Amino acid sequence: MKVLVGVKRVVDPNVKVRVKADGSGVETANIKMAINPFCEIAVEQAVRMKEAGVVTEIVVVSVGLPQCQETLRTAMAMGADRGILVETDVDVQPLAVAKVMKAIIAKENPQLVIMGKQAVDNDCNQTGQMIAALMGWPQATHISKVEPAGDVANVTREVDGGLESLTIKLPAVVTADLRLNEPRYVTLPNIMKAKKKPLEVIKPDALCVDVAPRLTTLKVVEPAKRGSGVKLADVAELVNKLKNEAKVI
Amino acid sequence: MSTYAAPLKDMQFVIEELVGLADITAMPACAEVTPDLVEAVLGEAGKFAAEVLDPLNRVGDEVGAAWSDGKVTPPPGFAGAYQQFIDAGWNSLSGPTEFGGQGLPHIVAMAVQEMWNSANMAFCLCPMLTSGVIEALKLRGSDAQKNLFMGKLVAGEWSGTMNLTEPQAGSDLSAVRTQAVPEGNHYLIRGTKIFITWGEHDMSRNIVHLVLARTPGAPEGVKGISLFVVPKFLPNGDGSPGARNDVKCVSIEHKLGIHASPTCVMAYGENGGAIGYMVGEENRGLETMFIMMNHARLGVGLEGVAIAERAYQHALDYAKTRVQGRAIGQRSGDRVSIIHHPDVRRMLMSMKSQIEAMRALAYTASAALDKAKHHPDDNERKRNQAYVDLLIPIVKGWCTEQAIEIASTGVQIHGGTGFIEASGAAQYLRDARITAIYEGTTGIQAADLVGRKIGFEKGATAAAVIAQMRKDVWGLTQNAHAGVTALHAALSRAVEALAQATKWVVDQFPADPNAVAAVSVPYLKLWGIVAGGWLMGRAAELCAGKLAADATDADFCETKIATARFYVEHVLPQAPALAEEIIGGAASVLEFGEARF
Repeated sequence: MKVLVGVKRVVDPNVKVRVKADGSGVETANIKMAINPFCEIAVEQAVRMKEAGVVTEIVVVSVGLPQCQETLRTAMAMGADRGILVETDVDVQPLAVAKVMKAIIAKENPQLVIMGKQAVDNDCNQTGQMIAALMGWPQATHISKVEPAGDVANVTREVDGGLESLTIKLPAVVTADLRLNEPRYVTLPNIMKAKKKPLEVIKPDALCVDVAPRLTTLKVVEPAKRGSGVKLADVAELVNKLKNEAKVI
Repeated sequence: MSTYAAPLKDMQFVIEELVGLADITAMPACAEVTPDLVEAVLGEAGKFAAEVLDPLNRVGDEVGAAWSDGKVTPPPGFAGAYQQFIDAGWNSLSGPTEFGGQGLPHIVAMAVQEMWNSANMAFCLCPMLTSGVIEALKLRGSDAQKNLFMGKLVAGEWSGTMNLTEPQAGSDLSAVRTQAVPEGNHYLIRGTKIFITWGEHDMSRNIVHLVLARTPGAPEGVKGISLFVVPKFLPNGDGSPGARNDVKCVSIEHKLGIHASPTCVMAYGENGGAIGYMVGEENRGLETMFIMMNHARLGVGLEGVAIAERAYQHALDYAKTRVQGRAIGQRSGDRVSIIHHPDVRRMLMSMKSQIEAMRALAYTASAALDKAKHHPDDNERKRNQAYVDLLIPIVKGWCTEQAIEIASTGVQIHGGTGFIEASGAAQYLRDARITAIYEGTTGIQAADLVGRKIGFEKGATAAAVIAQMRKDVWGLTQNAHAGVTALHAALSRAVEALAQATKWVVDQFPADPNAVAAVSVPYLKLWGIVAGGWLMGRAAELCAGKLAADATDADFCETKIATARFYVEHVLPQAPALAEEIIGGAASVLEFGEARF
């Protein structure tokens, strides 16, 4: 079975993000970038399935700047077999990525697509769902378990009420949640080997996909600073403040 | 409690731009070492250091290694971390490729080792000693010895130790008394070795001891010492660990710092004799040890950089979060974090600026070591070997002495809290203390510098380095950035102070080596301060160039220039004072005879 995994390059989760002075987005120049943690979990899952003999080939795909090659190399150091970078300097949105993935799926014919449930930069949580919709494939989001069995996969989803167990037909799209696995530390020999694994770079035009943004960002601002607290005399005063100042009740 | 974050940005700047990774990559043996590979390796190592090794540093200090009936138990978590460490292949970083190593150059190994040491110095000593054994066997081991030991050592499956010191033979190894008597195809080793780091433990399946000993009838002194490899378990024919050898750990020391690292007293041959095999030629063991020790000294100098960096990160975190008092001149309003107080900022800057200068110098030395090994041109290899030989005692002596001072400043920033062990600041000071002692005290480093590295060759290499400093410092006056040209005057004074002191050392050495010895440590310190300033000046110059080209890295570049300024204004003024001490201070030491004490 062949698996396709999408990986996104994001600001390293340990870095404190700063809004650009002009409010057009967050600062990413010269900031430490890393593989999106949920994508890392997705890659780890594919690698574990390959180690278990269920998967034969893992192809990782990223859409974005040339530097995304580093992210793909990280995924290959974890154990993916080859990478595809769809290179563009457009700030791609979920729908554009989903269309690119659809075009790659048509070329690669995977049985399973694993995506992170969302990226930690903009928390969209859309791309996996959009891919499934565009392909007309089954989808299982926020999964904490996936076990392919012949032409189906048994999955466990993390839902508000607890866990939901489903059987979905393959090919399908699944999106990884936090508890699916704990990603391994990349080993030094594998970092060295990853350098030699094949990495194909193509442009969206070659896939006949228009990645132009459909949504316009008006403004990005820092969250309002939390003011200092006050001590209230009694519940009546609290209710009064909630009603008239905070206007939440 | 702070968590360690590898200073990847500064490390990469030093490696790629200040030292010049392109020069390294240009050598055929290092062609693989491209910037993206360095970034990937450093990134993953930083993660491992922060997430696996750093969290064990406190427990390592609090619980420490424990001895019972010849067995040594490392602190909780250490064995698991060691297994993870070797599983991830980190032990093999610079090991030879023919034995499964990755063969990466020193410049990469240095940065990675800095991270291990920052995160957990006591842990890191175990793989560091192993790499020393690998280096010695690579240099002088027979093919059979290499085949038997190298693969296992490179993988980290077996670890290694260095057995030099005996109770009567410390800095003076000529007094070594351990005996090695030939028997069949091996020797029987009998004697006691002390201060053996990680001499006994159960993290690796076997321990390979390198032991200095004398054969019967060997000449007195340093020319009668041979080197032996003595495994804890004698390898079977298939290379697996077999029968227990006659070597055991009879106790471990109670120390000021590095509690997690067992410092062992090793007894060889209590039941007849430990089986050992000679490494290299008879009576030439010390020579091999000294070649290896050069690397080890560079490694210990780097420990200084590492522990200082960790102490700085810890103090910085505290200074940013501890709220105390109002800003000077403010009588009302919010109280501020202590980083707002000028004296705290000065302390933090003194830490930061010296650490960056120390890192620049240590990495420069390791790049020279790579070039001395791999440069295709014979003359370049020789030139770089002389350069690195000169730098090693300076890196070892200066970086470790400064590390103690920096870690002490870290405690100071914490105030009373820093004196309390729970703050974590005190551990860095205690751990740093050993670095200026082992692998040759600062006094030994200074003796090496003024004798073997400068006196014996009449200061030829030193003169070449000083000439390069003059040229580079003059270059600062031509810079378009006012922050860079402003560095020139003090740097120039400092370089001239070094030149004068060096002339004095070269002139005095043949006739009056005692006078030189009396001021050798201040002279070593002078070298460190000036060389560090020279490299900070170059770093500022490079950053000004980057700023002029584009503003993408403005934050880093402006910070570097401001850091260089602090160094020049607060650290470099010591240089002329040290020169005065060196040139005029020997007599007061020598004339004050033993009887006056």
